[in-house]
Amino acid sequence: MDESVVDDAGMNEVGMGEGARYVDGNAAAGAFAEAFGTEVSASTLTCAGCGRAGRFADRHVYDRGPGMVARCPYCGEVNVHLVRTPTDVWLDLRGSSSWRIPLSG
Amino acid sequence: MAQRRRWLPARVTDIHTETPTTRSVVFEAPGWGGHLAGQHVDVKLIAEDGYSAERSYSMAAPEDGDRVALTVQRVRDGEVSPYLVDEMMPGDEVELRGPIGGWFVWRPEEPGPVLLVAGGSGVVPLMAMVRERARVGSAVPFRLVYSVRSADDAFYGEELSRLTGEGNGDGDGNGLGVTLLYTRSAPPGTTRPVGRITADDLSDAGWPPDAGSRAYVCGPTAFVEAVAGLLQQLGHDPSTIRTERFGPTGG
Ligand SMILES: Cc1cc2nc3c(=O)[nH]c(=O)nc-3n(C[C@H](O)[C@H](O)[C@H](O)COP(=O)(O)OP(=O)(O)OC[C@H]3O[C@@H](n4cnc5c(N)ncnc54)[C@H](O)[C@@H]3O)c2cc1C
Ligand SMILES: [Zn+2]
Repeated sequence: MDESVVDDAGMNEVGMGEGARYVDGNAAAGAFAEAFGTEVSASTLTCAGCGRAGRFADRHVYDRGPGMVARCPYCGEVNVHLVRTPTDVWLDLRGSSSWRIPLSG
Repeated sequence: MAQRRRWLPARVTDIHTETPTTRSVVFEAPGWGGHLAGQHVDVKLIAEDGYSAERSYSMAAPEDGDRVALTVQRVRDGEVSPYLVDEMMPGDEVELRGPIGGWFVWRPEEPGPVLLVAGGSGVVPLMAMVRERARVGSAVPFRLVYSVRSADDAFYGEELSRLTGEGNGDGDGNGLGVTLLYTRSAPPGTTRPVGRITADDLSDAGWPPDAGSRAYVCGPTAFVEAVAGLLQQLGHDPSTIRTERFGPTGG
């Protein structure tokens, strides 16, 4: 764990928490379900930056900018960038070398 | 389970105060049709001027037809949570997209003991798991470690006491153990000094690494990072730890 995140933190409900300004892949799953009609949090992404594979649920997701960015938890590479317009969903997947999505579940 | 892509209108049917900053809100969403314990829903508020805001909230209770029960804690100066906690009334409408999530879920057929670790409002999806276990009469051993600022900040207190059979004298807690950790002030008689969760807390109240357990950790992002790190230090394999981060606020 990054100690600085917690040490810089203001005290909150559980004594820690301010500072880490991201959520995780679970939080992004609704936006992907809207685009694809499929559940992605249990899927596996391989990062184009560091080559490590991991669950989509474990990506670090920044959802307060223009669109939604899912970063690799190991190296910080932007694996997926999703932008929603009133008519379309635009996806930039340059930071992922593969994405394996279970067909059921 | 198929993921629903469309927004579904939902109406508030029931509101229940949990703590001075927290309410449970039940919606009736025709066409919802159930969900798994641990899943969440995206809630969209639409103002009369057309402005809209979306946030994610975990289901607090297991599936029950078209009913969707959430528990929301007010985040000071937040955009959405103060409305849900202070202003929403029975009969009000929102839109829901969900259920969402196929990873941070507990299904009764999964074997093995379960450790639930909650920070603040992170207890909500874990309570759905505890309630699901009770609903189906599962005997899977559960241990809930719940970090709160003070006793007044704990949600679901009476129900947790009832579910553990506190006071019935058999001492086994019906296979459900609940440990509260206080970070700011503790009730009289608490021996643990107040403070953040430690590795000792998790080894005292949790399962040993060789017990074949699975852990679900939920709360503010920094809390989740800390607990996942402590569990790994204690020898738990990362593949046995499932996490859900609520963001920086703890709300
Ligand atoms: C999957 C999931 C499930 C959740 N379940 C629950 C639940 O069951 N109960 C509950 O009370 N809450 C839950 N939350 C948190 C909830 O979604 C909101 O974040 C919370 O209610 C605060 O919203 P707000 O609009 O009131 O505050 P905001 O106006 O969004 O935020 C208040 C402050 O926190 C900062 N902030 C909050 N979130 C972020 C973020 N993601 N990125 C950057 N800055 C942020 C804001 O910048 C601002 O300073 C969940 C979150 C997720 C991702
Ligand atoms: Zn990477």
